[in-house]
Amino acid sequence: MATQQTNTLARVMMAPAVIVLLIWMIVPLVMTIWFSFQNYSLINPMMTGFAGWANYIYVIGDPSFTQALVNTLLLVGGVLIITVIGGTFIALLLDQPIWGQGILRILVISPFFVMPPVAALIWKNGFLHPGYGMFGHLFKMLGLQPVDWFAQYPLFSIIVIVAWQWLPFATLILLTALQSLSEEQREAAEMDGANAINRFWYIIMPHMARAITIVILIQTIFLLGIFAEIRVTTGGGPGYASTNIAFLVFRTGILSNDIGAGSAGGVVAVIIANIVAFFLMRAVGKNLDA
Amino acid sequence: MARKVSTQTRIGFTIGAWVVALLLFSPILWTALTAFKTEAEAIASPPTFWPQTFTLENFSAVQERSDYVKHAINSIIVALGSTLLGLAIGIPAAWAMAFAPTKRTKDVLMWMLSTKMMPAVGVLIPIYLIFRDLRLLDTVHGLTIIMTLINLPIIIWMLYTYFKEIPVDILEAARMDGAELWNEIVHVLVPMAIPGIASTLLLNVILAWNEAFWSITLTSGRAGTLTAFISSFSSPQGLFLAKLSAASLLAIAPILLMGWFSQKQLVRGLTFGAVK
Amino acid sequence: MGSISLEHVNKSFGDVQVIPDISLDIKDGEFVVFVGPSGCGKSTLLRLIAGLEDTSSGTILLDGVDMTDAPPARRGLAMVFQSYALYPHMSVRDNIAFPLKMAKLPKEVIDQKVDYAARTLNLSSYLDRRPRALSGGQRQRVAIGRAIVREPKAFLFDEPLSNLDAALRVNMRLEITELHQQLKTTMIYVTHDQVEAMTMADRIVVLNAGNVEQFGSPLDLYKKPANRFVAGFIGSPRMNFVDGAEAAKYDAHSIGVRPEHFVLTRIPAPGSWEGVVSVAEQLGSDTFLHVQVGEFGLMTIRTDGEETFSHGDDVYLTPDATRIYRFDADGKAL
Repeated sequence: MATQQTNTLARVMMAPAVIVLLIWMIVPLVMTIWFSFQNYSLINPMMTGFAGWANYIYVIGDPSFTQALVNTLLLVGGVLIITVIGGTFIALLLDQPIWGQGILRILVISPFFVMPPVAALIWKNGFLHPGYGMFGHLFKMLGLQPVDWFAQYPLFSIIVIVAWQWLPFATLILLTALQSLSEEQREAAEMDGANAINRFWYIIMPHMARAITIVILIQTIFLLGIFAEIRVTTGGGPGYASTNIAFLVFRTGILSNDIGAGSAGGVVAVIIANIVAFFLMRAVGKNLDA
Repeated sequence: MARKVSTQTRIGFTIGAWVVALLLFSPILWTALTAFKTEAEAIASPPTFWPQTFTLENFSAVQERSDYVKHAINSIIVALGSTLLGLAIGIPAAWAMAFAPTKRTKDVLMWMLSTKMMPAVGVLIPIYLIFRDLRLLDTVHGLTIIMTLINLPIIIWMLYTYFKEIPVDILEAARMDGAELWNEIVHVLVPMAIPGIASTLLLNVILAWNEAFWSITLTSGRAGTLTAFISSFSSPQGLFLAKLSAASLLAIAPILLMGWFSQKQLVRGLTFGAVK
Repeated sequence: MGSISLEHVNKSFGDVQVIPDISLDIKDGEFVVFVGPSGCGKSTLLRLIAGLEDTSSGTILLDGVDMTDAPPARRGLAMVFQSYALYPHMSVRDNIAFPLKMAKLPKEVIDQKVDYAARTLNLSSYLDRRPRALSGGQRQRVAIGRAIVREPKAFLFDEPLSNLDAALRVNMRLEITELHQQLKTTMIYVTHDQVEAMTMADRIVVLNAGNVEQFGSPLDLYKKPANRFVAGFIGSPRMNFVDGAEAAKYDAHSIGVRPEHFVLTRIPAPGSWEGVVSVAEQLGSDTFLHVQVGEFGLMTIRTDGEETFSHGDDVYLTPDATRIYRFDADGKAL
């Protein structure tokens, strides 16, 4: 409801945002797709011309791709399981009548604000290092052989770091959702004779379902792109043991200078992300009726 | 919170919650403490909790060796610059979508959101090549542009949800009072939306500050931000634990403070208004 | 000066035609009320005049000048919104001064005009407060103050009293009427409340489904409603309608009798309708009787407050033969 003049003005006001985002979305993506069908290496300038599906066959056919795909799924899945279950638990705990709720919230949310490389380095040196990490000390105190986590369990170690970063996010969102549940509804359930477990399953969980969905979808988008944590800790190794798709593209394209193959990997990453995005958009879109 | 519970239950929950919270916070606490220890004490076994000899030399060493201040300034320029640029583009766009919606507004919003879903690696290679050809690699302004683009959808979405809460009557009253568009936005909309705009600014500064993918891949020594700077410590380990902790503490402290203030808005911003 | 003319104004939202075709002439200095049930297009019509919506076709003239495509800021009209639409971040003083600031008047002039308006509206002691620290009535006055300082060609009121409680509404009604007598500026006032329309207007526009049913003075509308819709809408309690054989006696498709135009007796009278009291609402000054009259259904009768009736009483109603309204099959008055 507005005049034609306002609507025209509105279009002008939106134009810069729409134009820059349009360019940002289309130009690089088209280039990636174009490169993915080219023979293009920064080291070997002789390699040129149309490559057909060769880059895709090379990337997807390589065992490192399968491993990176499995690692990506393990990383995303592992972190999601830890953060959703842990987040629900912590959110329920913080929602209880406790002393110092404000300070607790701040403590719990803090890891989310730690930049990824710092998070990775804190864990790498302060906790997981076999010589002077906290776990190393702990194992020694118990008379056990300290574990070199990044060498023996590289992917697991990365999952722990990433989960630590994202647990606060899940907790905060689930806590916000929990607190939007009206006290009256809880009291009504109590009056109806529901005990704590019944209340959790029949009142709290249905109310939280939407928030949990959103946590899962948004985290998935970010977790598919985990990069700095790997770069700083294992560098994708040993071998390809902790390389995910995002890091594989970086390794192939930037480190090995194979633009064609790197681009093919990039296109695959875009396709995977789009599948997740499709569901997220539907969940967010439902909320957009205004 | 008017639930009545016994004091025992309350004590139990309180202890449980504090244990969990401190466990989650311990890596940060540990880093902060280690930053004030000497290198020898930092790797001593068994470890000490409180620094035995309280020292500030790690901080000065970090500055001397690797020019912490330069990277911090780069981070500030990129984070603030990209956020302000994003607000300049985002406020008019959010105004248009909130107050002059058309049938396509919802689609445009969803499409903007979808650009945020595009994985960075999908466009890393062309951006890298474009930056190389335009000599934008390792420049502060180049990184600022990228940061603006990746955070613009979040900025527009947050502003949109805040603007939606302002009754359109008030903007119409301004129009009736003789205000042209510029005055309507500057004298009425922006002052009314100041809390929302401030939250948007805060959250986006945080996100830009912590962004690691593009700053690591597109910068090195000259335009490196703190994320790139800290990443460069990944190789020399061992003896540097205390200095590394000092550098880490410096890098996260300002943003941690901002984050504590903006935690409520964080929810709205990162869920695109789906959870309030 | 502030005459407003609408010529064949039409407004559609997409496929929905909200206002099919309206032509109106509002004279300078008139107090015109747009009244009608919700969704009749009265607010849309006001917003078209304000320039907050544009017409799909037709012309809007202000003082004879075509303003159809002028933006609201250029029309020189002032509007008081239902929600008051005060600027929450500005003090009362800044709220009232805002239109003058937009007009780029010098500061001394602005101060002088704001002070004058504040005195007129009894707001002087609240000038430094924020709107949220004011009561509903005070907010309403600030909104009016903001409208009067700029000396507009005409005032537009969009249901300004609907957020106030009943007692305050009566007060504000009087204040706005007084203001009109003082300023003699054209006012257009939108309401769904026919009491407001009757008491305030020089002339009333009765709207229904985007059409002007009748445009005339309050008493015209009461005495000579153009059709059944106006007859039913104007007057409270509303007119009683009777169809069929009884109406045919009067050579009409249907007839209407206002609640106040009956003679009520306890014994049958010639030509009277027999009924049973269903509910008696005693207001003190008046009593409204809801009477079940055979095949005519429930009728409302207004009678003296002194008389007492109760549920189940038999009564006889004799309509005042000179005040029976007759309508044809299309609802047009005969």
